[in-house]
Amino acid sequence: MILAVPSGARQGEVTGPEMLHGAPQQQNAADPIIRLPTPVAYADNQVGTKLPSVQRASLWGVGVSASTGRNAIDVREVRKVFGAGEGQVTALDTVSVSIRENEFFTLLGPSGCGKTTLLRLIAGFEFPTDGQILLYGEDIALLPPFKRPVNTVFQSYALFPHMTVAENIGFGLEMLGKSRAEIDSRTADMLKLVQMEQLAKRRTSEISGGQQQRVALARALAPQPKVLLLDEPLSALDYKLRKEMQIELKQLQHETGITFIFVTHDQEEALTMSDRIAVMSAGKILQIGSPHEIYEHPAERFVAGFIGETNFLQAEVATLSDGRATVTLPSGRQIKAGVPDRFEPRGTVSLAVRPELAQLAPADDKATLTGVVNHLVYLGTDTHFHVRLDSGETFIVRRQNSSGGVSDIAIGDRVGIMVGESAAQIMKD
Amino acid sequence: MARAQEIANQAERKDIRNRWILSAPALLIILFAATGPLLIVLVYSFLTPGPYGDVKWQFSWDAWTSVLLERDIFDDTLSLADAHLSILWRSVRLALGTTVLTALFGFPTAYFIATRPAGSRDIWLFLITIPFWTNLLIRTFAVLEIIRNEGIVNSLLIKLGVIQQPIQMLFTDFAIMIGMVYVYLPLMVLPLYASMEKIDFRLVEAGYDLYATRFKVLRRIIFPLVKPGVIAGSILVFIPSLGAYVTPSVLGGGKNMMLGNLIELQFGQGRNWPLGGALSITLMLIVMVALLAYVRNAGTAEVRHG
Repeated sequence: MILAVPSGARQGEVTGPEMLHGAPQQQNAADPIIRLPTPVAYADNQVGTKLPSVQRASLWGVGVSASTGRNAIDVREVRKVFGAGEGQVTALDTVSVSIRENEFFTLLGPSGCGKTTLLRLIAGFEFPTDGQILLYGEDIALLPPFKRPVNTVFQSYALFPHMTVAENIGFGLEMLGKSRAEIDSRTADMLKLVQMEQLAKRRTSEISGGQQQRVALARALAPQPKVLLLDEPLSALDYKLRKEMQIELKQLQHETGITFIFVTHDQEEALTMSDRIAVMSAGKILQIGSPHEIYEHPAERFVAGFIGETNFLQAEVATLSDGRATVTLPSGRQIKAGVPDRFEPRGTVSLAVRPELAQLAPADDKATLTGVVNHLVYLGTDTHFHVRLDSGETFIVRRQNSSGGVSDIAIGDRVGIMVGESAAQIMKD
Repeated sequence: MARAQEIANQAERKDIRNRWILSAPALLIILFAATGPLLIVLVYSFLTPGPYGDVKWQFSWDAWTSVLLERDIFDDTLSLADAHLSILWRSVRLALGTTVLTALFGFPTAYFIATRPAGSRDIWLFLITIPFWTNLLIRTFAVLEIIRNEGIVNSLLIKLGVIQQPIQMLFTDFAIMIGMVYVYLPLMVLPLYASMEKIDFRLVEAGYDLYATRFKVLRRIIFPLVKPGVIAGSILVFIPSLGAYVTPSVLGGGKNMMLGNLIELQFGQGRNWPLGGALSITLMLIVMVALLAYVRNAGTAEVRHG
């Protein structure tokens, strides 16, 4: 990383191994140290060797990725209807989305929202009822999966049980008709990439879940797909391993420069890994944006409720001027609230306030809301105060625990809540 | 500690004893109904045939030599018994042919059933087993009715003007094979289905995803996973085909004999029980050798597979 930085690599950035395992932080860029692979103990007791990121990136002959602005995938007004007649189910209802080259794009939503269907349409396991799917401008919607330069990491991994780890990884290349030498060298590279060299000859039934996950990843990356599809690949791993793999995956995407489309129902996972997120519900995409945009400025009530915790309040719109509104709360107090783009709220609206953006205060005239604490949830780093408002709604305030902090507020206390200038956001219902 | 160990030992001894008690009925049946008669057949094959179809207690190798060889009635020289050899060869050939054909027809059938929605698979399996409800003889005569010279196939072809003379299908090896394929097909379909049903069809999707065409998915993913079913089905079909009796005697017309018919002939009209016994043991040995070769072959292929 210090010596041979490929064009486009950002110097001094904390990369995978260090981020993951807390090795000594950034070297001085001028420091002439060749970084050696660091031995790393894995959660499944597999001691592997971490490759420096430059070496990993060079497997693809590309530098560290930066979005080029070209679209890798364009989904245009795609509809997917399963069944016919009475039992007809619309899984995707006229969905359009563009996924940029080199992007880590996440489809996020509850089960049954159509995210996996969209992924399967891009992979070619299903064909759209209507609409187009473009891969670098070419319509692939009706091509069979084996004619698309797109590979999938399956939720169940779907490793071939009658083949070894190495044979699994080499399978795609073999099917593409590559020479034995090329298959072997590429398989070796992939094994190194996911630290599975020692287990190359094992059957897939003889390795742990986390290792299977790595093999599935290596198998899908081996043919150098233009787009990698990941269908909830981390859902079967335990919490700690999942956390590690999240960062590892993000890092891998960053280094290989391959466009990743990741499907998950875990909002935290989506926020951790994605460049952009599409939040889906009931066969529609509700909002597309960066994790920051989605979290800070959810456009719809569903999005606000699905991503993180949110308090909803009823309010009346009083005035509206360039993207800001003044709303009247049931108590008669007026506060300012943000308004989603291209939306003109009228009459009664839902107001969303994140628990961490509200503060507890004395129950006096200055408080935006007042109520009685009826529940306390201690979460280590912070405490959630469930306040029953005078209007009857429940409002949660999150407060970070200070050192040695014994809460001065107890259940039954009457408290006030301050909602700051930019804390409230009007929602589309 | 010692006490706990003692209790554990006791429990284990009891467990072993129970297992023996439970398997005793089956073991007794095997001992008296299979091993016993087999020993009798083996002993008889070394005796001299009696004039009325029984045996004289006089040791002789004659039965065993006449399995493959025949003694010239004039000069007592031995030469290969062409009749027996051709029957033996026909039996092996037809049994192998039947196994291959049932596998070819059974594979798509089993695949079709295994890919139906879970609810309707039972109905298809039920339909597959319906022929088993009917007597074997009746089913065989049904085939005879279809392929005989005045049967459905020939009269239809003649009416359509495709042929002038009926094609002789009955009383040929072809007829025997059709009959056996028809009769034994379910024995191939059921084990094939059993192993196909266990396949995770996401593996097929993974194969397509990794650029395997439909044919390659079949050859590289589905077939290796179904192999245990193919082996089981082949064994289930090959063994009864090799010793088939009813089908060749009805559809082969007594002229195109198989081993089963030859054995029956020796115990019946031939009145040569020792030869019948020797032929029976020969049949059993062929089956055992074929099985061993097959299982060993399949076993190594499993390890070596590409």
